[in-house]
Parts: sequence; C-alpha cells; structure tokens
Amino acid sequence: MSGGIAGILTRAVQGERLSVEDGTALLASSDLLALGRAAGLVRQRMHPQGMVTFVIDRNINYTNVCRCRCRFCAFYRDEKDPEAYVLDRAEIFRKIEETLAAGGTQLLIQGGLHPGLGLDYYLELLRLIKERFAIHIHSFSPPEIVHMARSSGLPLREVLAELRSAGLDSLPGGGAEILVDRVRRQISPAKITWQEWMEVMETAHELGLKTTATMVFGHIETLAERALHLVRLRELQDRTGGFTAFIPWSFQPANTELGGSAATGVDYLKTLAVARLMLDNVPHIQVSWVTQGAKLAQVALSFGADDFGGTMLEENVVRAAGVTNRITTDEIVHCIKDAGFTPARRNTLYETLEVY
Amino acid sequence: MKRPFKESDVSDIGAKVLAGERLNKEDGIRLFQSRDLLPIGYLADMIRTVKNGNKVYFIVNRHINHTNVCVNLCPLCAFGREAGHRRAFTLSLDEIETRVLASRDEHVSEIHIVGGLNPDLKLDYYIEMLRRVRRTLPGAVIQAFTAVEIDYLAGAHNLPVREVLAILREAGLDSLPGGGAEIFSPRVRRLICPRKISGERWLAVHEAAHELGMRTNATMLYGHVETVAERVDHLIQLRELQDRTGGFLTFIPLAFHAQNTVLEHEGFYPTTGYEDLKTLAVSRLMLDNFDHIKAFWIMIGPKLAQVALSFGVDDLDGTVMEEKIAHDAGAKTGQYMTKAELINMIEAAGRVPVERDTLYNVVGEGL
Repeated sequence: MSGGIAGILTRAVQGERLSVEDGTALLASSDLLALGRAAGLVRQRMHPQGMVTFVIDRNINYTNVCRCRCRFCAFYRDEKDPEAYVLDRAEIFRKIEETLAAGGTQLLIQGGLHPGLGLDYYLELLRLIKERFAIHIHSFSPPEIVHMARSSGLPLREVLAELRSAGLDSLPGGGAEILVDRVRRQISPAKITWQEWMEVMETAHELGLKTTATMVFGHIETLAERALHLVRLRELQDRTGGFTAFIPWSFQPANTELGGSAATGVDYLKTLAVARLMLDNVPHIQVSWVTQGAKLAQVALSFGADDFGGTMLEENVVRAAGVTNRITTDEIVHCIKDAGFTPARRNTLYETLEVY
Repeated sequence: MKRPFKESDVSDIGAKVLAGERLNKEDGIRLFQSRDLLPIGYLADMIRTVKNGNKVYFIVNRHINHTNVCVNLCPLCAFGREAGHRRAFTLSLDEIETRVLASRDEHVSEIHIVGGLNPDLKLDYYIEMLRRVRRTLPGAVIQAFTAVEIDYLAGAHNLPVREVLAILREAGLDSLPGGGAEIFSPRVRRLICPRKISGERWLAVHEAAHELGMRTNATMLYGHVETVAERVDHLIQLRELQDRTGGFLTFIPLAFHAQNTVLEHEGFYPTTGYEDLKTLAVSRLMLDNFDHIKAFWIMIGPKLAQVALSFGVDDLDGTVMEEKIAHDAGAKTGQYMTKAELINMIEAAGRVPVERDTLYNVVGEGL
C-alpha cells in the first residue's frame, strides 16, 4: 500500500471528509482489499448493529417511449416503433395487486419521457393507485419530473407539491448518470442538466419527500468525474439531508448506442467502497444485484454496502441491456446471513419491518 | 491502518501464515467458518504475492468434450447421458480433428479434452485421438482425460493404470486435468457420485502420472453436501501427495451448479460470492506446496474471478472456446472469452497478464 492511499484511508476511517482529489486517488488505486477494509470500518461505525436490509418491491415501467434517446440506454423506443408501449391502468393495477400479494411495500413507477403524457396523467394515476392500494409510491425520477414541469408550464415546486398531494411518497435517484456537464453532453445530450437534477432533488427534500441518489459509471467518465459526482451529492445532502441511500450501477453496454465493455467486478467494488468513504452524510449504500449478480452483490457487503436493494418482482430497463440476474427473497436472506450480517426487510424509508 | 487480519477472528492463524508455518486441519476449518472475508483475502494475497509477484496467468486454449455418454451418471452431473439417449453424443475422430484444426488460427497453446465413461470407446480411440491432435497442432500441449477416465480405460482393458498412462503418453498425452476429484470423503462420494472411483484411487492415478513425469492439476467440487471439515481433509490429502511427488501444477476449486442434476431439487443455493472467494483464499493458504491457484471464470463468472485476484488467485484459466459440462448444469457465463478481454480484466485489477502454456511456460508477456 502506498503511503498516499494509506493516509487517505486512515483519514476517512477517522471520520475526516475526503476531497475530489482523494476520491480520484482511491479510485485509481489497485489496493482493492485496503479500500474494502476502510469502507467496511466506516459502514460498521455508521451501522454498528450489523444489519443488512432489503425491500420487497416492483418496478413498473409505464412506457418505454422516450424523447431523450440517451446513448447508454437500451430501453427506450420512439413513439412509432412497433415495440413502443404505454401500459393501461388495468395492467398497472394488476401488477400492484401481484406486488401486494407477494408482500411488497414499494412501487417504483418509472418510464420514458413520453410527449403525449402530461402532468394530469401522472396525478390521476397516483390518485387512482392510492384510492385502491396501501403501498408506498417511490416513483418518477428527476427527468420525468422536469418533463411534467415543462409540459404543464408549472414550476418544479408546484409539480412536486401536486404529485405529493396526489400520493407520491418519495423519489428514486435515477437520471443522475454522472453529474458532470462534459459527460452528459456525450452520453445523454437531451437529458436534464446536472443542475436540474439537483434542483429537483433539493426541492423534493424541502417538501419533505425523501429520495435516493444513483450513479451510472463505467462509460466515458474519468475517475475524477466520478469523485466529483460524489462530492456534488454530498454538498446537497449537507443542505437537505434528504437522500436515504446511494446506489452505484455500472453501465450495461449491450443493445445501446454507446456500446463498449462493462465495468469489471474490481471497478464496481472499488467505486462502491469509495462512495462509502466519500458520502459521509448519506446513511445507506445499496448494492445492485440486478447489474452485478448475487455473488458480487454479496461480496460488496464487505466493501461498505449495508443494503441489498429491492427484490424487484419486475425489472425491464437493465434486462433490455441484456443482463438477466434474478434472485428470490429467500436467496437474499441466505446471502446476507452467509456474509455474517443480520437480514432485515425494510420499507422505503429504511424502517425495519421484519428481522430474519 | 494496521494489518487487517490482526483485528480479525483469525489473527492467530495470520501469525502462523506470516511465520511460514503450515496450517493444520483445525486452522482450515476455522478459516472456512470465519466471516472475516477481507482479512482472509489479505493473508492469501500475501502468499500469492510471494509465490507469483504481480503476474496473473492465462492460457489460450480450447476445450473439447468428446462424449457425454457415461456409465457413472453421477447425481452431481448434468452432462452425462446413457448410451442411446436422444441427447447422447460421441464425436468421431474426424470431428475432433476438425475442431482442433479450426483452432489452429487462434494460436491455442493447449487442447483440453475430457468426456464421459463411454463403454464403446476403447484405448485405440484415445490413442488415435491423441495422435491426430498432435499431428494437427504439433505446438499445443494436450491436457486430457481425468483420473476417472484413465481408471476406466485401465479397467476396460485389464491393464495397470501406469501402463495406460504410459501408452497414452506415448501417443501424445502431456498432462492430466484435475477433474473427478470432487470431495475425497467416501460419505460425500456415496451421495454425489456413488459409482465414481474413490478418492484414494483418484490420488493413485495422479501419483502414477507424476511418477511418469507428467504434471497434473487438482480440483475440488464444493457447495453441495460436503462439510467444511471434508473440504479441509480434501485439501490436506492433496497437499500430502504434492509433498511426495511435486507433480501438481495448479489447484482449481469448482463451484457446484445444481441445475439439471439429480440434486437440483435438494434445495441447494448456488454458492455465494463469499463462499467462492473464501474457498480460493483458504486453498491458497492450506496448499503451501502448490504454485498456482486458479479461478475458473466459467464457474464463478468473470466479475468474481477478477475480484478473486485479490484473494490468492494467480490464474484465470483461459479462452475455453466451448464448454459443455458446467453449462449443462446451468452456468450462465459465456462459452468463451477473448484474449483481449482476459488481458483487460487482469490489467484493470492492477496486475500483469502473462500468457502461459499448460506447464506455465511463458508464451507472451508485456501484452
């Protein structure tokens, strides 16, 4: 271990805040075990009870029509594409019934930026769901919120307030990709800017809506841009405290315009560990078994993660990029126990519902 | 930060490793039972560095499975078929030659051949196969036929194992792969492979091969009915034979895949990432007289295989090209990896890729 890396890790373990330069140096280091060990110590300090949580949830992707056409995405279709779809309400309700029957507590409704769907569509959908079902609606990432604001001509705050009174409980952290202009111009030029993403989250937090934050790494971004992404999230979290968890995903290249190769296992674990070390004010770090597989997701519990994410009774976006990892609740519980942690089912706000 | 294993529940074992002391059965069992994944990895990584520096080996090879007809039909296996089954196959010598010929342009340095115990295939088939492979690809090392197949041939011809090995060697066989070892414990073999040769017999075939000057590999199939103590016994038996002969090149733990096997509905979970990494790391620590520990990406996936390079592993096997045995049991990995992908994986882990042949002669470095 070089003195530089050891020094940065020691500072992080002692609770000192790391800079973009520190984070970049850690990401560039090959000392995987040292990074994991430090992140594990920080996780232990933040979550001394040794619990690893998960949520029973379902993704509902109401439409794949999207005008953004991001180059890293394999999910979107043009409106006239034969594979374009918009789910009707009966189907959405049926999916929610199935979710509740499976013990689900969270719905992640997300979709493309469909030019034909305005704010009223979303408000009515939320009201109809809440009239029928008792379930937490963790839905609509910032690009969708901005899409609703633009199509309705209303300010963001008003859109979020209306969604909230119609039944929206919290926001997922999608659409963050890498929160750096240079990267966004290349991989998602039609998507909202990083400042807009931040503004949606800050406004949501001010309204009392909790959110998660994500990062899609392993495409064209530099290591310094990854570290900058983390620092930008940390700055907002200092102001609002509204992020419950951070979820890094690696870019899945199959069927995308961007193409290339996927981030390696070592890169995933290093990025996850550095996120735990940098995001000293974000309580939870979530593994992504859907992109990494159950084996690597479990190993990530030794690299600073404390949450296994959702059971995802349905997932379409990663699957469109050719990755089909599946896992049952039993297997999640087994993986967590096998790693020496206590498995617990949680709700969206990270309150424990059941300890296994 | 302090050396991480000092704060772990295996710190005393760490001290033994540092002092260069051999680990005993109890140490092995405690390492397997510990959840302190990173400290165990750290110890294994130290030993790996001492033995192999920054080098990670891989091979450009082609696997050929010549038949899936097998009289053993082990419960652990999804590959074997009865003769006459609609999915039974046996490659003709011409078909094998065609496959070998097809890999000539891929610059393979090893042809790797294993198959079932097919009563219709006699020694002359194997001799001719080896001669043709050698003739077609004279530069490639032929690593073929597990101890189980060698023993079966010896039985079929009523010849001593040593003589069968000598005949095959004469025809071109260079090295034996490590398959068929499973777990040596008779209790386990009764459950997962009751008709397969015993652990003693497997070790005897390898000892005979070593005595003839052939280098061989060793494996362990884990993640089914075996106990942790049975895994450690297996490792210690390999270590004892290696003390006598020094003939083993590499140890390769194989994660059990239950799908499509008789054991599928016994409720086995797939092996976990912790289990895979710990097994590799504990193997590195127990097998102090083995030069190499290999993570076979076909069995545990390329992502975890790369991570395993920090857990005692110095070898990632190879390009493979075609693999039937693990895939029939539901392995979801690809059938091949390009040399460029292997090199990229190794470099992304901060290591130096070295292309080797079967016997760890360097084929290419500074790639």
